[in-house]
Amino acid sequence: MSLLITEVCAGAIAGGTCILYAAVGESFSESAGVVNLGVEGSMLVGALAGYAVTAEAGNPWAGVIGAAVCGAVLAAVHAWFVLSRRSNQLATGLVVMFLGLGLTSLFGAAYVARTVESFSAWDVPGLSSIPFVGPVLFRHDPLTYLSYALVPAAWWVLYRSRWGLLIRGAGERRHVLETYGHPALGVQYGSVILGGALAGIGGAQLSTAYANAWFENTSQGRGFIGAAVVIFAARQPFKVAAGAYLFGAALALSPALQARNVSIPILDNQFALASIPYVAILVVLVVLGRKRAAEAPEGLKAVFG
Amino acid sequence: MFGTTKRRLAALTLVGAALLSACSSNDGGATSPTTAAAGDTAAAADAAPGKDSTAVGFIFVGPKDDFGYNQAAYEGSQALKETFPDLEIITAENVPETDEAARVMEGMIQKGAKIIFATSYGHLDAAKQVAAAHPDVAVVQQGNTITDAVGPNIGTYFGTVYEPVYLAGIVAGKMTKTNKLGYVYAFPIPQTLANINAFQLGAHSVNPEVETITVNTSNWCDPAKQADAAKSLLNQGVDVLTQHQDCQATVVKAAEAAGQLVVGYHADASSLAPKGWLGGSEWNWGPMYADIVKTTLAGDFTGSKYNANYRAGFASGENPFVQSAFGPTVPQEVQDLVTKAKEGFQADKSVFTGPITGQDGTVVVPAGTTLDAAAVDGMNYFVEGVVGNIPKS
Repeated sequence: MSLLITEVCAGAIAGGTCILYAAVGESFSESAGVVNLGVEGSMLVGALAGYAVTAEAGNPWAGVIGAAVCGAVLAAVHAWFVLSRRSNQLATGLVVMFLGLGLTSLFGAAYVARTVESFSAWDVPGLSSIPFVGPVLFRHDPLTYLSYALVPAAWWVLYRSRWGLLIRGAGERRHVLETYGHPALGVQYGSVILGGALAGIGGAQLSTAYANAWFENTSQGRGFIGAAVVIFAARQPFKVAAGAYLFGAALALSPALQARNVSIPILDNQFALASIPYVAILVVLVVLGRKRAAEAPEGLKAVFG
Repeated sequence: MFGTTKRRLAALTLVGAALLSACSSNDGGATSPTTAAAGDTAAAADAAPGKDSTAVGFIFVGPKDDFGYNQAAYEGSQALKETFPDLEIITAENVPETDEAARVMEGMIQKGAKIIFATSYGHLDAAKQVAAAHPDVAVVQQGNTITDAVGPNIGTYFGTVYEPVYLAGIVAGKMTKTNKLGYVYAFPIPQTLANINAFQLGAHSVNPEVETITVNTSNWCDPAKQADAAKSLLNQGVDVLTQHQDCQATVVKAAEAAGQLVVGYHADASSLAPKGWLGGSEWNWGPMYADIVKTTLAGDFTGSKYNANYRAGFASGENPFVQSAFGPTVPQEVQDLVTKAKEGFQADKSVFTGPITGQDGTVVVPAGTTLDAAAVDGMNYFVEGVVGNIPKS
């Protein structure tokens, strides 16, 4: 039993990390008043770019940079439409998502059969041998360790720094920012693009550290889950991380139970078992959503009506 | 939580966008099956289906380069160009297993195709619909089974691919040290269950202690879920992994990274696991596709073996599959065992000859009985030694 819990918790980190990157990125975007459903697309182009650059350059860190750049470029497309052309954020986000899906299907075909020197798990000396904590937290790939630093850093930037004040100000009262001579538009652009870059890195984590493969639509909706997590976590990086790990744990539960030949009658249906992650997210959304919506930035309330 | 109007708008947009994406990958311009059918039926009622067609249509459920099932089928379709240089080969990828498939096939018929290959398991309903509407068109479907009356211009074909899977099971059973084999699969369709059972039976034939632990992913290709599944199986002490997924890179690489062994399916993935690769099963559709087209062009489709549920294996020599090359660690004595078993299949032995005990201890195939193709295509149980529940759906 304790081994099962360890495995599911370790799986929560492993499976949740790519979502965490996308969701932390989306926290910046939404704090600045822009919902970017194209985060799924940014994740996909990041997954492909990470894999392709790693294949060509032979170094997964180069892949991470490529992933961040491509994810950022796609997010910039979204930013231009919604900020400079004033298009509907939700509709544009979906279009951008399909743009990412189409582009990666087109350019990714050549990489399906390629092998790459991807990230491998690196056990942190000492820490990885602590019972429970070691296997859960300290036997992962470098991008996972980087995400441990990303969460507090994002929290500090958003809620303790002057930059964060500007970002949240752009989301709440754009006009006030402008009145005081701050480039509100620039801040919003920056936040959306940063969000895309982080989603791209999440994609690279998926393709070069976790699944070690590129395949068409390889993210399978994990970027959308990231966007949903941000709503219920109210853009708070620590809560966002918790939400991402919750989804990761739910994903890890099914194979862990099956490999142990554990049968839970209510979950005997394959699709019931497979839907646990989504149900978990939905339940949390419903429970927390009502309160959270009231706390949304003014700029976002306009998007959702 | 949000305003109703905007929310509805958002939902509409989502649905619209999803529809758009579904349509974009396919040949457009098709009318609905019923309207297109009316004219053709009367004109061509007497002609043999598919005779003298100038084009052949192929629909695939996934992308043509998935390193797996769809790629194998696509390569088979392209091989036709060499055999029949004058034929136009029309292909459509990412065709969903819905009425959309019928629409795409109608579009191909309008472009002159009188021979249609519907290559995914779930394309059967659409294939039947199109065949019924166009008596002059021969429609063949890959992998599913027509359980009611087979019309004069339709059929299904497949290979008894569980034979090479059984052979791979022999290798796995011999090479495992922990006596635990891991099988990552997508959905419990009969084809998959037959493969899992054959794998375990092959392994058990050389190693009575062996068991095969199963984990499903509920998705034909979600690499991250496959990574989870592989991890869970390796945690249970599994030292040989195999899978029935449309894309196989993740599982193969997971086994290699963990220093364990792996058996491939659909395609040769030995380059992904230079150390741990044991072998596997690959499709080779070219010759069978060519024979189907040849038979049909000659006007002989109706009444031929393809105008039924046709299954080919080692016994007839028309097997649309081959064994992957053995990996470097497989000793000669194990390879000899495999060759011997293969010769048995060539001499008409079957994987599913009784006595075979089911997972729950009851006899599923009595002694002296051999399952026929229809029984294998209806398989809904695991054999003894397979660990895991068949999920209900």
